[in-house]
Amino acid sequence: MKLHELTAYELGERLASGEVSAVEVTEAHFARIDEVEPKVAAFLALTREEALEQARQVDDRRSAGEDPGPLAGVPIAIKDVLCTRGVQTTCGSKMLEGFRPPYDATAVRRCRDAGMPMVGKTNMDEFAMGSSTENSAYQITRNPWDLGRVPGGSSGGSAAAVAAGQAPLALGSDTGGSIRQPASLCGLSGLKPTYGRVSRYGLIAYASSLDQAGPFARDVRDCALLMSVLAGRDQRDATSADVPVPDYVAGLTGDVSGLRAGVPRELMGEGIDPQVKATIEAAVAELEGLGMAVEEVGMPNVDFSLPVYYLIATAEAASNVARFDGVRYGHRTEQPVEDVYDLFAKSRGEGFGPEVRLRIMLGTFALSAGYYDAYYLKAQKVRTLIKNDFDAAFAKHDVLLCPTSPTVAFGIGEKADDPLQMKLADICTIPVNLAGIPALSIPCGMADGMPVGLQIMGRPFAEDLIMRVGDAYQQATTWHTMRAEL
Amino acid sequence: MPDVARDVVEHVSTLARLALSSEEIDRLQHEMGRILEHADKLQAVNTDAIQGTSHVIPMINVYREDQVGESLTPEEVVANAPDSADEFFKVPRTVEE
Repeated sequence: MKLHELTAYELGERLASGEVSAVEVTEAHFARIDEVEPKVAAFLALTREEALEQARQVDDRRSAGEDPGPLAGVPIAIKDVLCTRGVQTTCGSKMLEGFRPPYDATAVRRCRDAGMPMVGKTNMDEFAMGSSTENSAYQITRNPWDLGRVPGGSSGGSAAAVAAGQAPLALGSDTGGSIRQPASLCGLSGLKPTYGRVSRYGLIAYASSLDQAGPFARDVRDCALLMSVLAGRDQRDATSADVPVPDYVAGLTGDVSGLRAGVPRELMGEGIDPQVKATIEAAVAELEGLGMAVEEVGMPNVDFSLPVYYLIATAEAASNVARFDGVRYGHRTEQPVEDVYDLFAKSRGEGFGPEVRLRIMLGTFALSAGYYDAYYLKAQKVRTLIKNDFDAAFAKHDVLLCPTSPTVAFGIGEKADDPLQMKLADICTIPVNLAGIPALSIPCGMADGMPVGLQIMGRPFAEDLIMRVGDAYQQATTWHTMRAEL
Repeated sequence: MPDVARDVVEHVSTLARLALSSEEIDRLQHEMGRILEHADKLQAVNTDAIQGTSHVIPMINVYREDQVGESLTPEEVVANAPDSADEFFKVPRTVEE
């Protein structure tokens, strides 16, 4: 097996035993990038020299007899939403073209400290607003399973990079499904951690009460390895939780007997493609065969998730992207301006793409005098009802199961002109962000020649349990070992 | 909801400090209207006596000691500015002499 086909765990074992060096592993991944990147277009920037330098340092530490840790020398791709010191961070937007952050996001710094060479920054929907990566201001990323289809979004570049063997691991961010949906569409395992589990410091904000960073990998074991690096309290993010981090890898016991799973009726009905539904039912039956007790559960308010999401997310987004004003960083208009307000308006009108402009306008509208109570406050109240539905479901069930995406990957351009249709791609993932809980997507079959993802949701901070369920499924099945052919 | 009224879109664009072309206002009248129509589904939900959720994980105030830590140099802070002079961000004149 070639180095770029191995999982992070397998690479870590070979690096620790001295069978391969970190430089060899990194070079093998850049050779793969050179081969397939012209087809996939997953990256906005490659950081070859820095990655090789990091790899050399890891090799030096191992030669000196140190143990630099299980992921030292394992390459990683980073979504361009995360600040990387000295390396251009655009967030997929012309607004931030040329922006070189003076600091690392905490998630990035933790990967660096773990000795993981960063291969590059991955493409994404502008400011993480989208479900196909077609809203990038720079390029269209293609799904390695079928180059005519989207990889999902907004973390489509990270998903495509791992699915194409350009990196064994990647970081993404998830506000309404932006890790899980592309993981599903590209046949990967991807985890949206509990709100507060991973620091948001240096994660360029979209919707601050919903955003979380998390891992993409080929299997759940690799997600667990990377979560062990990412999780934990960070003084620089006051919303990061001071909750002990368990040993995620040790938690993968393969034993799920006696666990109780609920299948929300509302997330298995209307709008779910029949082939996807049949595939999910088979996966649920497989887990039942492993000893889990499964029953249907009703969560009536979950049906309102989509409108709640785009009122809350756009309101928070409108506030967050107010910082891009052409003064301290980012695009500044070259048109003549009358005053500083005119400078703001023209710079912003030019720097943001159409989807970002739409969301700023919706969010500003929902927060404006006369509409605040009817839209924003109403959405926050219905959010409470949705969260209550989850609390009630988790009182009786350890995990909840449903599709990650209602369909397999769709064609490039197929939904690009219809923002409402595009948002329907997120109906199964959005409720999770509104409730703040963790959820994992794992590949569980194929439909129309494309991967289908099973979503496993858990109680707050139960990443260990949902990964145990996902790993048990992967120990019993082989879907996660399938690879896109390029 | 039909299209959002043009003057409402123009007012919101002023609040958002977002310069829009005339065609863009046409587009937004339609697209905002379509999404807000969908959002109106929420009006049917009974939320009497329900508190809004702005933060999902129970958390009280977070305190820490006020200690001097690492910080950026002024040069680093202005390094990404479109226009700067010495250690300052430069913007057009806002106050008349």
